[in-house]
Amino acid sequence: MGAKAENGPKPPPPVSSPPPLKALVKLKTKQQELLIRAAALALIYVLAFAIRLFSVLRYESMIHEFDPYFNYRTTLFLTRNGFYEFWNWFDSESWYPLGRIIGGTLYPGLMVTAALIYRALRFLTFAVHIREVCVLTAPFFASNTTLVAYFFGKEIWDAGAGLVAAALIAICPGYISRSVAGSYDNEGVAIFALLFTFYLFVKAVNTGSLSWSLASAFGYFYMVSAWGGYVFIINLIPLYVLVLLVTGRYSMRLYVAYNCMYVLGMMLAMQIRFVGFQHVQSGEHMAAMGVFFLMQVFYFLYWVKDMLNDTKLFQSFLQITLTCAIGVGTLALGIGMASGYISPWTGRFYSLLDPTYAKDHIPIIASVSEHQPTAWSSFMFDFHILLILFPAGLYFCFKRLSDATIFIVMYGLTSMYFASVMVRLILVAAPAVCLISAIAISATIKNLTTLIRKKSKAALTVSSKATSNLKASAKALLDQSLPFQRNGAIAVLVGAFYLLSRYAIHCTWVTSEAYSSPSIVLAARGAHGGRVIFDDYREAYYWLRQNTPPDAKVMSWWDYGYQITAMGNRTVIVDNNTWNNTHIATVGRAMSSYEHEAYEIMQSLDVDYVLVVFGGLTGYSSDDINKFLWMVRIGGGVFPVIKEPDYLVNGEYRVDKGAAPKMLNCLMYKLSYYRFGEVTTEYGKPTGYDRARGVEIGNKDIKLEYLEEAFTTSNWIIRIYKVKPRKNRW
Amino acid sequence: MIVNIVQLTNQFSSSVLDISCEPQVPFSDSGKQELIMAKSNASDAQALVRSLRSAYAATPTNLKIIDLYVVFAIATAIIQVVYMGIVGSFPFNSFLSGVLSCVGTAVLAVCLRIQVNKENKEFKDLPPERAFADFVLCNLVLHLVIMNFLG
Repeated sequence: MGAKAENGPKPPPPVSSPPPLKALVKLKTKQQELLIRAAALALIYVLAFAIRLFSVLRYESMIHEFDPYFNYRTTLFLTRNGFYEFWNWFDSESWYPLGRIIGGTLYPGLMVTAALIYRALRFLTFAVHIREVCVLTAPFFASNTTLVAYFFGKEIWDAGAGLVAAALIAICPGYISRSVAGSYDNEGVAIFALLFTFYLFVKAVNTGSLSWSLASAFGYFYMVSAWGGYVFIINLIPLYVLVLLVTGRYSMRLYVAYNCMYVLGMMLAMQIRFVGFQHVQSGEHMAAMGVFFLMQVFYFLYWVKDMLNDTKLFQSFLQITLTCAIGVGTLALGIGMASGYISPWTGRFYSLLDPTYAKDHIPIIASVSEHQPTAWSSFMFDFHILLILFPAGLYFCFKRLSDATIFIVMYGLTSMYFASVMVRLILVAAPAVCLISAIAISATIKNLTTLIRKKSKAALTVSSKATSNLKASAKALLDQSLPFQRNGAIAVLVGAFYLLSRYAIHCTWVTSEAYSSPSIVLAARGAHGGRVIFDDYREAYYWLRQNTPPDAKVMSWWDYGYQITAMGNRTVIVDNNTWNNTHIATVGRAMSSYEHEAYEIMQSLDVDYVLVVFGGLTGYSSDDINKFLWMVRIGGGVFPVIKEPDYLVNGEYRVDKGAAPKMLNCLMYKLSYYRFGEVTTEYGKPTGYDRARGVEIGNKDIKLEYLEEAFTTSNWIIRIYKVKPRKNRW
Repeated sequence: MIVNIVQLTNQFSSSVLDISCEPQVPFSDSGKQELIMAKSNASDAQALVRSLRSAYAATPTNLKIIDLYVVFAIATAIIQVVYMGIVGSFPFNSFLSGVLSCVGTAVLAVCLRIQVNKENKEFKDLPPERAFADFVLCNLVLHLVIMNFLG
């Protein structure tokens, strides 16, 4: 080959493979970055699942609270009897004697999802019980939400913002509160569906592709099947389209995205029986239809303007078309609303626009604690530093306006307004707040780190090269004029990391202390610091299941209805669905009347057992005596014979000797405090001392004429009474 | 020479026309203005229709076929609405599914037209086969849902 002679063939190079760490370092930067991103996402996925498992570790794997028991019962029915039976189910075990059309009055998404996961696991021969699947559905979907948040963040800003958004939403307490393990409720799945639909829609608007719009229509269908809060989507997206049209960002992609999503989404949504024809008949959905027609007119005019290149002719055409369109539109809307065909906004959603409406007109909605306006402490508790980063993120979004950032700004602002009106809706604002804060964090950290790295690079080049270039010398001067810029950047960076670590600590503490209690099992610290468990609820329900005839009917306040049907397996008079206000008012009236009046009402309803929750012995404050005034208000709303001032003394609610006489002799008082006058609850206090109210009760010598005590749990939390049959005539 | 005669006749005819257009009975000023405005509106509308027609004739044939399909779908929807007005809307789900299938295919066809139109710069790197495949897929989903909803 050349003049240089070779001694022979070279020996083959050593064949040993490099150790894995070296192989990692040998990867190109792009691959390294991808690996880091994938690893971070996997860790975030596991974190989101793990942080929600506190109650399963501390208590046991059980369903929490009230509503999830209904969802559990329906999922059980679905897995045992199949989809057709489920879809056409009429339940005669609740709302006796009316019954309830369950198939047509629930949102099936959650149950069908859990049943599918159950079937899939069974197919892979994992012998799980449906209860385990139900308990762990919410954490599983919370992990999926973090993935969607990553992709959404990537779509809006960049991959860094996506990663931060995923990390923030994995531990955000506002989201954790409704998606812990055991909280088998619609919101656990619905927030995933919400964010997924929004992501697909923004992707459709960015790409203008029909297949992404179809995917967003399917996402919307899943959301409609999962939660009644889908009304938020069907109003936010038209509002967004309107804002884009008004700001002049109309484009063909927007037309394709919105129209395909609206028509297909509407068709799919009408397949859910509970939603029915609301998309064309209800006032809450009319904004979407209005924007649909507006878009047709708008783009038609746009097309004609393109075709005619003459402005004068186009002006006249514009005038004619606009007057026709506006005339027809207002006429149709006017006729629809006046004739009542388009129903006005229902009370549930109207109270979001006018927060004082529910208190005056619909006491049932006003009585739910989750429906109260939000205090600042709740915001701080649920969002921590995200509350401060939210305006910063808004600033960054406005700096780089695009179709996607306009969307997230609108989502953030509207959801924050609704979150301030109703505590429960902090959940809907959580993804928006996490995304916008992620933009702030990601942009700030990126700027700071580039500042740090650029400074060191510039210093190096200046020191290595000769400064013949004027620009380089000027830059060097500038750099030297702010000598502490780099240190300042490092200090701010350290501060940012400190804040984020405090956020993580806060979220973990909040989840552990506040949001992981099953509500059906109570825990307290005993005298020596040991943990004391009160399992009275399940004790009472199982007593009902095992000691009463199968066709017994149980009357209780509506809070406990779902739990009684699911665990006690007995027919109830009213339950948490609260679809019939008069029926609930009848029960409220019975609870607030004298015993002989209540007996007549109970005979008319065929009641066999009455169940009452009492917290006087243990100091449990969510008992029926504390809820009693709501029973009076709801009963009095339908039966004017029940008047709230009869139960108050000078406007004050009391249960001791100074209480109103009607209060001391009503059914609820008697059933709660029967035989309580003989009990010593605290050392040094007289007998009959009510630990929840902190007073000695007024009427200690209670005699029951028409009921007899059937069962009281070990800590007196639940008391069950049997209704005596009518005496014989002689 | 002939050109001169033509020019003269043109001028003569225009002047004659002007005289003949002048009303014999003197009207009031506003009446005259109204008449002139009505004439200008009519001539404007005629000019509008003419220019629209000429501009539309320039569109390529495949787009015209799609436009024809859209018009057909909307006409079918209108016929259904008129029928509902006559007969009443009792199986409301059937009526809705019929009308929405027409409106749906019309809207999807318009989306296809937008994506296939070579003048739209936003979609210039979208192959028309992909646009048509998306169109077919969306129509398939729409009609499956319609068939479920038809009752």
